[in-house]
Amino acid sequence: MNDNEIVKDFLVESYENLDRLDRDLVGLERNPDDKEALAGVFRTIHTIKGTCGFLAFNKLEKVAHAGENLLTLLRDGRLALNPEITTALLGMVDAVRQMLKVIETSGHDGEVDYPELRETLKRLQTTAAPAPSASSAPVNIVPVNIDQVNVASANKAEKTIVAALAETTAETAALKSPSPASSLPPSEIPSPPAPHPTAPAAPTANKAAPTDSEGRPREASSETIRVGVNVLDKMMTLVGELVLARNQLLQTSSTMKDTGLQAVSQRMNLIATELQEAVMKTRMQPIGNIWNQFPRTVRDVALGCGKQVRVEMEGKETELDKTIIEAIKDPLTHLVRNSVDHGIELPADRAQAGKDPSGRLILRAFHEGGQVNIEISDDGAGLNLDRIRRKAVERALITAEQAARMPEREVFNLIFLPGFSTAEKVTNVSGRGVGMDVVKTNVERIGGTVDIQSTPGRGTTVRVKIPLTLAIIPALVVTCAGDRYAIPQVSLLELVRIEADKVSTGIELVHGAPVHRLRGRLLPLVYLSRELKLANDPASPGEAAAGAAVNIVVLQADGRQFGLVVDQINDTEEIVVKPLRKQLKTVKTFAGSSIMGDGRVALILDVLGLAQRANVVTETRDRQLTEKAQQAGSTAENKRTFLLFAGLGDSRMAIPLSSLARLEEFPVTQVEMSGSQWVTQYRGQILPLIRLNVVMEERRNRLRALQVPPAADSGPIQVLVLQQEGRLFGLVVDQILDIVEDRADVQSAATRPNVLYSVVIGERITELLDIPAILRGADLGAVRPVPLAKTAEVAN
Amino acid sequence: MAHSSQFCTFYLDKLLFGVELKGVQEVIRSLEMTKVPLAPSVVSGLINLRGQIVTAVDLRRRLGLPPDTSGARPMNVVVRSEDGAVSLLVDEIGDVVEVEEDSFESPPETLRGSVRSMILGVHKLKDRLLHVLDIEKACQMTDAADAAAGL
Repeated sequence: MNDNEIVKDFLVESYENLDRLDRDLVGLERNPDDKEALAGVFRTIHTIKGTCGFLAFNKLEKVAHAGENLLTLLRDGRLALNPEITTALLGMVDAVRQMLKVIETSGHDGEVDYPELRETLKRLQTTAAPAPSASSAPVNIVPVNIDQVNVASANKAEKTIVAALAETTAETAALKSPSPASSLPPSEIPSPPAPHPTAPAAPTANKAAPTDSEGRPREASSETIRVGVNVLDKMMTLVGELVLARNQLLQTSSTMKDTGLQAVSQRMNLIATELQEAVMKTRMQPIGNIWNQFPRTVRDVALGCGKQVRVEMEGKETELDKTIIEAIKDPLTHLVRNSVDHGIELPADRAQAGKDPSGRLILRAFHEGGQVNIEISDDGAGLNLDRIRRKAVERALITAEQAARMPEREVFNLIFLPGFSTAEKVTNVSGRGVGMDVVKTNVERIGGTVDIQSTPGRGTTVRVKIPLTLAIIPALVVTCAGDRYAIPQVSLLELVRIEADKVSTGIELVHGAPVHRLRGRLLPLVYLSRELKLANDPASPGEAAAGAAVNIVVLQADGRQFGLVVDQINDTEEIVVKPLRKQLKTVKTFAGSSIMGDGRVALILDVLGLAQRANVVTETRDRQLTEKAQQAGSTAENKRTFLLFAGLGDSRMAIPLSSLARLEEFPVTQVEMSGSQWVTQYRGQILPLIRLNVVMEERRNRLRALQVPPAADSGPIQVLVLQQEGRLFGLVVDQILDIVEDRADVQSAATRPNVLYSVVIGERITELLDIPAILRGADLGAVRPVPLAKTAEVAN
Repeated sequence: MAHSSQFCTFYLDKLLFGVELKGVQEVIRSLEMTKVPLAPSVVSGLINLRGQIVTAVDLRRRLGLPPDTSGARPMNVVVRSEDGAVSLLVDEIGDVVEVEEDSFESPPETLRGSVRSMILGVHKLKDRLLHVLDIEKACQMTDAADAAAGL
């Protein structure tokens, strides 16, 4: 009735079949005796060929036919599968796929009819035909047929005749095609070719048998139907709307005091929730859908670089939202190719290292805490730390000094930087300097993270974590200038509130740019009202904020942290994401919109876009890297960033910034005595306070000093909240001086206890405190330091 | 017999405008609107039209007319554009009028600027002129429109 529809159905079906072909062919290579799979491959190609004849795509038909002839020999056991044949067949699959693409776009099958490919396919029937067991006689007949076919089609004679000729000659040559299932093959063929009489083990084949007369398997077709994605999207929209209407109904009915109405609305509530889940489910697809192409990818890459790789999959059935599946396909493919190309060694090298010559590539997927984890591991050589360091320095991504200090994990993550590639030689697979950074960007775009772990000689694991769905996401709702905005929870790190009386000290200016000291590190502040040009902003942000508490949402974009100042922080909510109109997409600060419980629209902030607008991430990633290196440096042996504070008398003391959890100020009235120990309540816990002046006092005076209660009339005490072995305690100091970065390389031995050594920082001698020693020395008695886990403050 | 067509009419700054009825999805009273910061100034905001998020265009601004000072809340004429539904904000809704083709006249040469591209022409009604708007053009919300509207 409608040619277009028939062609469309043909395309959809063929694409699916081709995907299966890739898989089956690679499977066959490993297990050439799998008659089932071979028969399946044959049927698929046969169907495509047949349909082409019907739809008059004769070039496609020719290619498929050449493949079919080769497959016939294989299926009948007169030819053994070898890598060369597999490659040719895969090449045919690719050719068919390309032609289908052409058909899809132009409606006809293009100008190319792949003469070389067909030639190869033909040649393989004769030359590469050391058939393992069967007599060679029938084999010799076939090429003659093919010659006829090729000659006939070459001069573009009536294709139907050609097809018919091919079919009949094939028949006479006792090459059985499955369609005339009744005509049994001559007895000379060693094993019955068609699938139906054999292998009761394969369930799909059994199911397929009844419809086999049509020449192709039909798998449980009555159980599933095809539904257009747009229909599902529409359903999703409507369900979102229903959920909203339900929320309003629940609100209204609760004020009405009508038990009948309340019962109905409760029931509707349940149904709507279930419906929402069911509709969400329709959009879910198993990750196996994209993994299924990987054996083929791996085979091609492995063959290309002379490696042997086995692919193993765990958790193929793990389901993900359709949009996410599409978004991660390319990054995953890249990671898989990388593993084979870079990760797994050549067979000889593997043997030398005492490993199985064929490498293993393991794909694993599983759900965990509302997210999907996907792991790609290989048992190859692992990442070469030194080589990465060297390369990073060569490319001027970091300095040699930074490289030397960088801990392993940081080094691994260097490969995600733009322009990084350690491949010694550029292959057509990788080593062109594009790749891992694109992988990272793409994964982060959908709210995911990438992490890499590696053990030299044992292998590498790349772990990708992604959210289950993009359609409904958890978000933090904030208010700014009277309007609500939603911030996706994935970018959220923590919330900080600076009370009104602390605003003047809590927000400082670096040449006009507002910053907040968050645990000793400067956090650049971005005022949402200013970025969105909402407020008629007064002069400086410091003044603007005066008189009211400041709410800071600490966000992360592209590896950089920044604080977003908003008027009010409302709540976290699950929101239904609706894309913005095309004409508004130029506004990069918004990722979409959503309808809130009260029916009003709220915009969803695009954290990366906002950060770019506010110039938080305009610098190249070098800066971020430098900073990471500094962080890393401070935890490593050679300390770099220090918190300086006044010691006894005129002396200066310092601690590495990394040991600092927070800086706090407590009014004296909050300090209590527990025995002779000062303590205070801190975030619902008891925080032991160790006084610097007591710790540093000479032993004979210490006891007396210890007994002194805090002077009631003194100002608030400055406390460094330190973190040691997972516990928090406070160190009371007189005055915090500064945070400095210094090489601190002039060292001399300590002159007194509780000091590690003296260093020169900023041209002054500074004593570096030995925190563990202080903790050991301080008799904390019954007051145990606060366990860190309970004070974890990072949101979510 | 001349060909006739139907127009949904509305008022902007006392002028009578109309869009072809078949391009109109619905007409609704004022809805709660969410501002879109940083968007072109012709974008008044987003409205929730039964779960569909629709952009509202300030048609006065788009046409370079002075802002409404009466304080009355604008009406929404929701039209179907290529890019989905768009709400045109107007002062007041008029009748649906049926006009004959022969009452149509192209805009005078003296009408200039970007407004000219939005006004297809006028229908000469008995007592006044009906300005016929091009829906696609009216729904555009580029910054160029701002410049052309004299901002």
